Parts: sequence; C-alpha cells; structure tokens
Amino acid sequence: MKKTKQLLTSTFIAASLAVASANSYADGVKIGFVTTLTTPAGVIGEDMQNAANLALEHLGGKMADQDVELIFEDDGFKPEIGKQKTDKLVKKDKVDFVSGYIWSHVLMASAKSVLDAGKFLISANAGPSQMAGKGCDSNFFSTSWQNDQTPMAMGEVLNTQGVKSLYVMVPNYAAGKNMAAGVERTFKGEIVGKDMTKWGKDKQLDFSAELAKAKASGADGLFVFYPGSAGGAFIKQYQQAGLKDSLPLYTVFTVDSISLPKLQAADMQGVMGSKSTMFWGPDLDNAANIKFVSDFKAKHGKYPSFYAAQSYDSIMLIDSALRATGGKVDDEDALRAAMEKADFDSVRGDFTYGNNHMPVQNFYLREVVADADGNWTTQISETVYEAHQDPYAADCQL
Amino acid sequence: MDWQLLITQMLNGLQLGLLLFLVASGLTLIFGIMDFINLSHGSFYMLGAFICSSITAKTGSLFIGIVLAVLVVFCIGALVERLIARKLYQNDHLDHVLVTFGLILVFDTLAHLIWGSQGRIISLPDSLNGQINLGSLVLPSYRLLIIGAGLTVAIGLYFLVTRSRLGMRIRAGASNRQMVSALGVDIDRLYLIVFALGAALAGLAGMLIAPITEASIGMGNEIIIIAFVVVIVGGIGSVKGAFYAALLIGFIDTLGRSYLGDLLALFLSSQNAETAAPALSAMLIYILMAAVLAFRPQGLFPPSNS
Repeated sequence: MKKTKQLLTSTFIAASLAVASANSYADGVKIGFVTTLTTPAGVIGEDMQNAANLALEHLGGKMADQDVELIFEDDGFKPEIGKQKTDKLVKKDKVDFVSGYIWSHVLMASAKSVLDAGKFLISANAGPSQMAGKGCDSNFFSTSWQNDQTPMAMGEVLNTQGVKSLYVMVPNYAAGKNMAAGVERTFKGEIVGKDMTKWGKDKQLDFSAELAKAKASGADGLFVFYPGSAGGAFIKQYQQAGLKDSLPLYTVFTVDSISLPKLQAADMQGVMGSKSTMFWGPDLDNAANIKFVSDFKAKHGKYPSFYAAQSYDSIMLIDSALRATGGKVDDEDALRAAMEKADFDSVRGDFTYGNNHMPVQNFYLREVVADADGNWTTQISETVYEAHQDPYAADCQL
Repeated sequence: MDWQLLITQMLNGLQLGLLLFLVASGLTLIFGIMDFINLSHGSFYMLGAFICSSITAKTGSLFIGIVLAVLVVFCIGALVERLIARKLYQNDHLDHVLVTFGLILVFDTLAHLIWGSQGRIISLPDSLNGQINLGSLVLPSYRLLIIGAGLTVAIGLYFLVTRSRLGMRIRAGASNRQMVSALGVDIDRLYLIVFALGAALAGLAGMLIAPITEASIGMGNEIIIIAFVVVIVGGIGSVKGAFYAALLIGFIDTLGRSYLGDLLALFLSSQNAETAAPALSAMLIYILMAAVLAFRPQGLFPPSNS
C-alpha cells in the first residue's frame, strides 16, 4: 500500500515536471506565476491564468516598453511541488517577480525560495496570517487580502443579522483555520460547533456527517469556507439536506463565479439569496473593473472570479512598479517603494498598502441574484468595512 | 446522546460503506482470482461518473443514464481486460502496478480531452433533491436511494456468488486458480466476466456519488486507496469480506468524523481537540488496516481454503 502511494506520488511529480517548459530570454521582464492547473482545482488556476493574460493584453504585452514573459507553473495542489516549481522559476528561469499562489500552505512552503533570492513575491490569492504578521517581508506583497479579513466582515454581518449561534465548517489547512479564527474574532454570538474536514488532493467532498451535526446543533446560521469545486459539492448537499430555511448559509470564498454556473445548471435554487463577504464583486462600479469584467466575459463567456480579479491586479501592480523605475528590474528599493504606493487602477477601486504590504481595503456584503441575462451572479448589497486593515499588521516589524 | 443524530450518522456511514463496497468488490475479485493488481480500477469509477453525466444530460433521465453507463463501463472493462490486462497475468506485481498506473494517466487525460478540466454535475430530478421524513428523522432522499441501490446490488452479488454456477467458479477461482483451470473451466471467459463486472460495479459507484459531489478528473484516485484498504481488511478475494470491511470502514470514517472531536475534548483542551480530531479521524482506517495486517494478515473474512 505504502509502496503504491509512494509510486503514485513520485510518478505524479515526474509527470508534472515533464510538463514544465524551459526557455529563457536575455532581456525584458520575467514574471513567474504559480497556480493550480491540474486536479479539479485546476479550474481556479485556469481563471487566474486567463486574467493574468488579459492584464498583459490590456498592457499591450509590454511593461514600461519592455517585453514581458509570463511563465505559468502548476503546483498540483501540493506544497512540495509548489516549492519545486518556485525554485525552478527563481533559479533556472531567473524571473524578476513571482506571483500567483491560490493555497496558503503552498505559499508558505514557497515564499522563502523567492524572498531569499531577493525577488518580489506577490500573492494573488493566499493570505496566511504568518505572512501578514511576524513573518512579513519587505519583498512580499498581496493583491488579495489577509485570510482573516473576509470572515471578520462576515462576523459583523452575522451580528447585524441577529444570528446568535453559529456552526462553522472549514477545510483543515492553513487558510481554513484562519477563516474560522476570523469569524470568531468578530462574531459576538456563540459558536456551537466546528468541523475541520480533510483537504488537499484527496479532500473530503461528502459532508453528510458534518451537515447532520450542524443540523442537530440547532444553530441559527451555518458559516462555511469551501473554495473551488468543493464549494459546488457543498451547496448541493446543503440543499439536498433541506437546510435552507432552518439553517441559513453564510459563506466566504465558496459561492463565486466558479461554483455558480454549475449550481445553476443543476438548478440548486437553495443558493439564491445566500450571503457572502468579499473585497470585490463583478458589479463593482469603477472604470478598471467594468473594462476587466466586460473584456473577460467577452473572451471567456463567463464572469471572472475573485481569483481572476486578484491575478489581474497582480500584473497591474508589477506594471505600476516598472513604470515608476523606467523599466529597471534590478533596482529593488525603487521597485519596492513604487509598489508600496499601489499606484494603479485596481479593479477593487482605490486601496493602500499597510506596513505589512497587505491591502487596506473595503469589504462588501454580496448576495446571489440572477443578472439581466438570467445568469446567476453576486450583487453587492452593502459595504461592511471601509479601508479595513488586517489584525496581524501590528505584529509586522516593517 | 442524541439518538436522532446517531441514527442519521449510522445511515451516512452505511451509505459510504456501500459505495466503498461497490468499488472494492470488483477489486477484491480481480486481485483474488487473477492475482492482478489493478490500480486503474478507480478510473472505471471516474468514467462511470462522466459517462453517466453525459447520457443523463442528453436523455434527461438519471435512470437511463445509469443503466446505459453501466453497460458502457462493462464494455470498457472487457476491452481493457482483453487488450491489456490479459497479457500481464503471468508477469509479476510490479508490472501490473506500472501498467495500470499508466492506464490511470491515460484515462485521466482522456477524460480531460473529452469533458474538460471542470468537473461535471449530474442533475437530480426534483423528487430526489428533496428530503424524506421518517418519524422525526429528516433524511435527504437521494442518500436513501444510494443505500437502497447499494444494498440491492450487494444482495444480487451475494446470490450471484453463492447460488449461481458462475459464482461457484468465481469462488473456486479465488480459492485455487490452477485447480479450476485444470478442471476444464474456460478461465479466459471467467476472467473477462469478472474484470468487466468489477469495472461496471466501480462505475456504478461513481455514478451514484456524482450527483452529490460531481464527476471530476482524479476522483477515482481518491477512492482507490481506501478500496485497497477494504480489500486488505476484508481478505483478498473475498466478496463477503469486502462487504463487511467496507461497512466497517464506512462506519469508522463517518462516526470518527462525527464524534471524535467531542471525545477528544474530554481529555484535551478544545483547541487541541479540534486540530487533532480531523487528523486522527483520517488516520483511523489506516490504523485499522495496520492492526489487521499485524494480527490477522489473511484479512477478517478470507476466502475458504486459502
């Protein structure tokens, strides 16, 4: 059995390594982008890849008049492979920036490789507390959020909605723990139960036991965090268990433009009206976002996800830094100073960087609605936080 | 103790166990009778889910989807046996592992080409999306359907194996292969049927779970490891062993997920309990396997005369 497993692992590694291409230019800007392109979570990586490519297209393929090479790598949903790919990007491809990273545990495993080499690391999704607090780094930036922030906003929403007791379900990995900690930080009622389910390549997708416990707990509300394809599976089972009226659903990073089309195809009406918090929404009204969303929809026939929005912004952030240095990639201090200004038109509207290089930004409450064409999407209904900074910033010595 | 919750969790455990049994029964027969390690058995589980999703989407009927998809997977299983597995029976286990691991990659890539990287959903009719009230218990109707279907197949398989001529040969094959062929049983045909039947059962399991989760690439690789655990715990080649071991593992997994956290909280801080519980409940079935291998290496219910 163990042999079999080892064999599986080593062959997977060999197979995924073979996919990696190797070509290098002498001049221009090189950006590495690590995301998940295989496994069912590959659908997230595809969205990020599409958005990063769209950003480059909007820039005319150049940053500060320099050619840009964007190298995508697949982490296979595994920290150890993410680290290998990051090493390859830094040492072999000699990239100037590394962006991407969906998963907090993959980012944690890979960060050192980039930062020790004096390169810039820009997380386009993962926001583990360690990178925001004690482990912050002058060359680490985020175009997403710190993990705790979005569930903290949800905690505030739960308080105003009069939810007194809450059941929490999250996957058992770094971000799942942060999400649970975040909602507990602001939620004033009682947490009557909590489940942390198996996560990773062989993640748990059947939530029967946990849903039965949640129902028996008699909680007023159910808080969940199930990113990617697990979100769709969760919502389906939530509806099949008939919990819509007795146990209202409050989510973060679960109901998005990746899960909604599939839920609509399966006619899972249970998700309509369900509430989630987020720093962004496809309906956010600013020029950069309108252009991003309409061009993305025209090209890929669906709404961009928040993963896509963050990836788009990560490319734009790099561009803003290079414009400020006149295209010089070796002046680390000038690049850093430029990035700290966040001087670009973000799809989330204006934001600033805190001392730990995490965005200080608004958070909104979103509800699931049908758009003018009948497609299910989210609509922002109120602003929960204005210019919110994550709780770990004070621990950061920068 | 909340009895309603306990009963619900027992039913959830039963559902998981029956799905595991569908996958493991074929695996144990192929392993026991042909002495063939088929890592790609999980691919039939995945193919079943994908094929069923396509047929269901075309015809609009889950029932037709399942019936046709079972037949298709049966045929794919037969083809794999005839074209690939048959040539390998004489080789040693490492060759089996290498070739069938290659098959996993082939099937995964094939599924990627045909159905894309996104998972595919199977829509349920409204009647199955609801719940059934049993007294004060409210249960998702589709999960009850899985239990019903799983039990039906298990009973059918029981009669097939214990009461029919084919079953007699299968049992004989599992106990003593050489003797069966020496007695003039058409062993090629027996192998073909067992392999294809095993594939169809794994496919059926995939079709049943897909409306709850979804059909996705690699879904078979997740279940195949647990299915091997079932085979080892139950006794290689024993359908009866696979049945009891699958139910045992289904219950252990579900009840572990349900109650281990509360149990650990009795003597650990709640912080530690909530981190330790998920890790420990994921380990429980492997601990069981290790215990079985240590104290009863032939499995709990080995086939007779082996």
